[in-house]
Amino acid sequence: MSISEEQLARVAELARIRLDEATVAEVTRRISDILAMIDQMSAVDTTGVEPMANPLDATQRLRADEVTETDRRERFLAIAPLSEDGLYLVPRVIE
Amino acid sequence: MHELSLEAIRSALARREFSALEITTHFLDRIARIDPRLNAFVTVDRETALAGARAADAALAAGTAGPLCGVPIAHKDIFCTDGMRTSCGSRMLGNFVPPYDATVVERLAAAGCVTLGKTNMDEFAMGSSNETSYYGPVRNPWDRERVPGGSSGGSAAAVAARLAPVATATDTGGSIRQPAALCGLTGIKPTYGRVSRHGMIAFASSLDQGGVLARSAADAALLLGAMAGFDPRDSTSIDAPVPDYCASLDADLAGLRIGVPKEYLDAGLHPGTERAVRAGLAELERLGARVREISLPHSPLSVPAYYVIAPAECSTNLARFDGVRYGYRCADPQDLFDMYARSRAEGFGDEVKRRILVGTYALSAGYYDAYYRKAQQIRRLIAQDFHAAFAEVDVIAGPASPSPAFRFGEKSTDPVTMYLEDIYTIAANLAGVPALSVPVGLVDGLPVGMQLIGRHLDEARILNVAHRFQQATDWHLRRPGGID
Repeated sequence: MSISEEQLARVAELARIRLDEATVAEVTRRISDILAMIDQMSAVDTTGVEPMANPLDATQRLRADEVTETDRRERFLAIAPLSEDGLYLVPRVIE
Repeated sequence: MHELSLEAIRSALARREFSALEITTHFLDRIARIDPRLNAFVTVDRETALAGARAADAALAAGTAGPLCGVPIAHKDIFCTDGMRTSCGSRMLGNFVPPYDATVVERLAAAGCVTLGKTNMDEFAMGSSNETSYYGPVRNPWDRERVPGGSSGGSAAAVAARLAPVATATDTGGSIRQPAALCGLTGIKPTYGRVSRHGMIAFASSLDQGGVLARSAADAALLLGAMAGFDPRDSTSIDAPVPDYCASLDADLAGLRIGVPKEYLDAGLHPGTERAVRAGLAELERLGARVREISLPHSPLSVPAYYVIAPAECSTNLARFDGVRYGYRCADPQDLFDMYARSRAEGFGDEVKRRILVGTYALSAGYYDAYYRKAQQIRRLIAQDFHAAFAEVDVIAGPASPSPAFRFGEKSTDPVTMYLEDIYTIAANLAGVPALSVPVGLVDGLPVGMQLIGRHLDEARILNVAHRFQQATDWHLRRPGGID
């Protein structure tokens, strides 16, 4: 299976990655190569095989809903690209 | 001093033959002198290391020393270190100073280890040659025109060049075992869940596992024992006791059943690698093991299944890098979408973007069943192969990589060619079983690794086999020429 440039543009939008126009053809070709390699899977009959999400078939462990961490708001905000008054700043979303 | 084993360093420190400050200074000086030729380190924090060494000396004097007190260590730059930049080989995290330690870092610090610095790696651990690092490729100490392997290439080069006695590393599809093979080291990827993933920057969460790159199985056993164990902060951590890996190293191999998958000695294997691995298997027979051929029939599908599962998980894990809370943000974003899309376009390198795109595609509406679900079904078939094999044998052995170290640029132009570098290592990640690589020979002056795979939580056994092998051979003692 291969991917078209139009499909790739849609996927890049979903992934929030801006594609450089000059490299779209190259990226499309490389990803089509990868998909062709992956297609070896389609030759295998997997009818009735239970998908495996965790290699030990473990399920998510739950814990009590209790506060265990201390408040480190200042330390976490200090590494943000832009913050003000205890808030993360991003470009205006609502006009 | 830089040739000493971890056990020898420990006892010398305990007997005050040298201080933690002296050995730490020794390694820092070696890094300063030799690393400009290798690029194994991304960050070296001399002051923090010296302060750690002084604290270790004080603990040794006070009798409060932990089990690895004063032992210098390098951490792969994927493990968060409180107050020390953690880049993950990416421009995206070029300015990221974590506000906390990874559990692995915390445990080794509690044991007394002194952090020398952070080692270079393929960007977000995606690569098999260290060529995808934003901070430049690492050179193989055995031949600086060749790659050290990846993604833990910085840790491997640092330990091989004696710039650190031991290093932490991670393995999602072979990122400990393949660099171990290419740099002549002993590298172990434990059972999935054996070592905490907390604070280890996520690539593919159902496959990622922390481990060790060391110069011997005995060193690896000692360090793994200090790293492993249940961590409530990792939701897939295994709640099982950690055995004393050092205590079982000398166990006799008589009667041990070793299976060699016929699929691993295939046409794609370099003839020199095959000869070295076969000689290694013969040595294990002389040590009392019974070696026989087995089959892991679905192993040819491990690369395709992995290149759906790993990119799919990577595409979701790396969604967190959005330029809002930490990491890189593009200049002058026009709006929110532009900020996300350009920060990610500029912050990630080509291979990382490629995998995010493949993963996003595989998980997108209409393709999920054909790709992700199918890959997870094949993952089960691969895991069942191991289960069936381990009913008949105790350990599985074979090559760790298809060939010795290759030249820069030789495989990096074609992603699929590079992906095949991990053809023998990926299956252990898919099945979650522990595996290691041990030096088994030299081909044209370059190291070759033999892989040993064990049952779930049977790290002790593969370390035992590796140790007995190293008692009978000296491949692990060979060192790269040109590095004093």
